[in-house]
Amino acid sequence: MLANIEAMMTLPSHKSLEEPSFLNHFSVHALPLEARWERLVIVISHVFKHTHLMTLFFWQKRVMRVEWVGQNVIRKDAWDKVTGRAKFAADTMTMDTLFAALVTSPYAHAKILQVDVSQAEAVPGVIKVVTGEDIDILVGEGIRDRPILAKDKVRYYGEPIAVVIADSPDTARLAAPFVKAAFLPLPVVNSPQEAIQAQAPLVHEHLDTYYTPKHLRPIPGTNIAHHVKIRKGEADKKLPSCPVIYESRVSFPPSDHCAMETRTATVEIRPDGTVCVESSSQVPFIIKSLFSELFDIPQDKIVVTTPLVGGGYGGKSAVQLEFIAYIASRAVGGQKVMLTNRREEDFVTSPVHIGLDATVTIGCDDTGRFIAMKISYLFDGGAYSDKAVDICRAAAIDCTGPYRVDHVFCDAYCLYTNHPYPTAFRGFGHPELTYAVERCIDGLAEKLAMDPTVLRKKNLIQPGDTTPTQSLLNKSRIGNLTACLEKVKALIRWDEGDRIETENHTIRAKGVSCFWKTSNIGPNVSSGALLVFNKDGTVHLDCGVVEIGTGSRSVLAQIAAERLGIDVKDIHVDMTIKTTTTPEHYKTVASRGLWMAGRAVLRAADDALSQLFQIASQVLRVSPDDLRAEGGFIFYKHEPRKRLSFRELAHGYRYPNGNTIGGQVIGRGSFVLPKLTFLDPDTGKGDPGPDWTVGAEAVEVEFNPKDDTYKILRAACVIDAGTIINPMYAEGQVRGGMHMGLSFASREGFVFTKDGIVMNNQFRTYKVLRYGENPEYLVDFVQTPSMETAYGLRGIGEHGVIGMPAALAASLSKASGVFINELPIIPELIWRLKRGR
Amino acid sequence: MLHVGSLEKVRLNINGHNRWVTIKASERLIDVLRNRLGYTGCKPGCLNGDCGACTVLVDGVPMKSCMMLAPQVVGKAITTIEGLEGTDVQKAFIEHNAFQCGYCTPGFIMNIEGLLAKHRHADEAIIEDWLQSNICRCTSYQEMKAAIQDVLHKRDQNHEELE
Repeated sequence: MLANIEAMMTLPSHKSLEEPSFLNHFSVHALPLEARWERLVIVISHVFKHTHLMTLFFWQKRVMRVEWVGQNVIRKDAWDKVTGRAKFAADTMTMDTLFAALVTSPYAHAKILQVDVSQAEAVPGVIKVVTGEDIDILVGEGIRDRPILAKDKVRYYGEPIAVVIADSPDTARLAAPFVKAAFLPLPVVNSPQEAIQAQAPLVHEHLDTYYTPKHLRPIPGTNIAHHVKIRKGEADKKLPSCPVIYESRVSFPPSDHCAMETRTATVEIRPDGTVCVESSSQVPFIIKSLFSELFDIPQDKIVVTTPLVGGGYGGKSAVQLEFIAYIASRAVGGQKVMLTNRREEDFVTSPVHIGLDATVTIGCDDTGRFIAMKISYLFDGGAYSDKAVDICRAAAIDCTGPYRVDHVFCDAYCLYTNHPYPTAFRGFGHPELTYAVERCIDGLAEKLAMDPTVLRKKNLIQPGDTTPTQSLLNKSRIGNLTACLEKVKALIRWDEGDRIETENHTIRAKGVSCFWKTSNIGPNVSSGALLVFNKDGTVHLDCGVVEIGTGSRSVLAQIAAERLGIDVKDIHVDMTIKTTTTPEHYKTVASRGLWMAGRAVLRAADDALSQLFQIASQVLRVSPDDLRAEGGFIFYKHEPRKRLSFRELAHGYRYPNGNTIGGQVIGRGSFVLPKLTFLDPDTGKGDPGPDWTVGAEAVEVEFNPKDDTYKILRAACVIDAGTIINPMYAEGQVRGGMHMGLSFASREGFVFTKDGIVMNNQFRTYKVLRYGENPEYLVDFVQTPSMETAYGLRGIGEHGVIGMPAALAASLSKASGVFINELPIIPELIWRLKRGR
Repeated sequence: MLHVGSLEKVRLNINGHNRWVTIKASERLIDVLRNRLGYTGCKPGCLNGDCGACTVLVDGVPMKSCMMLAPQVVGKAITTIEGLEGTDVQKAFIEHNAFQCGYCTPGFIMNIEGLLAKHRHADEAIIEDWLQSNICRCTSYQEMKAAIQDVLHKRDQNHEELE
């Protein structure tokens, strides 16, 4: 990777027109949009590999400027973040704020007999206590199955049953235990396996009465919230006749995102009915649309503000506290109410990372070529279906992993249990499905006595193949996974052996995993961008991508600078989103930030340039077609000395006598993913996403067979990232994802009692990787440009996490000699598996 | 001496400034810093001493401000992240991409400032020992390690030049 960065660093940057350079003589702006960026993509791809190839394109008189794409530009929020000046949602307390505290359920499943608020309301400083009895609507992003505060019964440990509103956070917290609730415990559904049994207690008795969108299929009288079927080819016929068949099961409990900032929502209802929400959210625009639908408020009367967010990883894509804070504010005459989770609540009361029980069967020929797969995913949908139904769908769509399988039979169920309910977690169903599929492939490799990397390589999906939903792939859509696997093998030094006994009586072992992921977002969701010019020619960039840590808003400024031909320093990016003025970006999820907003920014830049060209063409008395932009100037192509600066044009051009033409330049752009379709309910056939980001990962451990402890030595990841806009931040995203995946796989997961109570809802009982416990991370990229995105980039925000659990389990299975199929892999698990317990 | 429940005016020395503030004896340092004085760089992450996001320096020693009562720091010098202006650690954090969302960053930086003040030539074991009290959920710690090594390396170079 270092070599790559250096290569990029040597590319020309900051060229001014006065310095003749082959890069400066041509413009891409004369080309139609599509051809233009296609050209850029081709050129960029070659430039990154072989700079000398640029000369091949000389004769074509087409050229790109590589000024900002590929540079390690420092993010715009950097200094605020290292000086404590960065403001997060709970940092902006005002004098008129009231404070809320939750009262939560001590039971996982129980009938609520009574909630007595009188003692709590008598605590000095308490203004009001609201309970589920005060609210008559149900919420949920898909199926509306969730009361804002529990009513009649509680369905998970930690479920909010009441909210106390007081004049200080301490008073609210102090009064919460004085809300006295009486419960009648009910039998608990403690796993998805239990949930699907015919005699299982029902988590929702009235499933048939809930509002349910057409694409979801809950089955009343059962715990099934959704069932996704994938049927490709004739798996049921082909599988039994396969020469080699291997079946494996995996299981892991729900866990948590553990963003360091706990969730916060503040709501105020103004006298004219305007609802102002400030939230630490990945989805301010969804808050707006859900508030509008559920509370019947026109969208223009809802203002959602989201400042910097202190870590999301999917966890802040659920709307929960916002509803509670709204109900609380409404109960106190619209006064501003702030509700901030304690860590204990952030762990279990707010949505978690999904758990899974899965069975995968692979049938192949004698050479290891996959013929058919049968897959069963039982997702732990928890007490409420919110996003779990979509995670279930996402896992079904990519159910086979990145392999060519002509015959696929997959049933993915989202099941109600009495566990905390899940929402998106980095990878959205993919770390989970990947664990199930990759473990099976490792088992099959052992059965075939084949090197697991050879077996994988033989079956990797390629351009021309189809996915489980029968989407046809090309190079742009699928990239180059074979190259990723080869590179990762080299990084982890696979060929030195995947199991080595050391002199210290420990075992060094390695494991690999491949992965893929597409985006699974609605076919009609959009992303917009605005470029508003200042008088001095500098620009404000605004878009709806939330700054959750990825640096996307800053990297989008690089894309804008590249297209506008100005210094990235001259582009200001405000980090706060306000839904009344910021163009919508559906949700900051699914690695779609740069993918979609990048296109919107390009379009906004082109729109701004056309406005600048329009004004300049009148002043210079030439056609706009003969103009081009570079270095903050608009030039007459054929006579570059004739030029006007952005400064002279940005707010209209003023002639010497005072006459002025044009006005403020405001570039606008929006983008919708093209050609996505709904899925066929019986076969799953359809186009769920625009492309698949692919990659391969590997882990090396040192295992001590005496006590089953281990140390993770090295972890490697190679992703086909397409064109990389900012190498330092791209690598950082991937390393961070790998780290989160290893933390999850090696130590995270809720421990439930038989009654469904979560035993570990603090950092001293729920362990995450700490400084020094991390292995050495090795990251590299393959760069097959996407033909659809800004400059050929690909989404990479989530992907580092996906293959890590499978690769860790593979390495430890190899080392310990037992087939590890659970998570988290703590020494006790290996000890237990060794003894068959 | 403060009495439980009573409000009292005390003088706190924060980032070299004397700040008069009315507090309750039962108030945690983090709440006084954030809610009464506006030093919001000090972040609540767990309020249980587990995550280190609220770390400040008290007489130069990193302390979790959620685990201290405000009266305990009367007469002591408190440094918050707002009191640092372009230190080597801050610069190295930017150069090495040692943060993403930035929420745990003030706590880590304060801890490292305290560490490097006490151990001018901290080795890896000492660094690990100190930094395990904090949690970062975005980065891989590899970036932070590079940042600290960079600061130590530059410090050694400067030291040699002075000699």
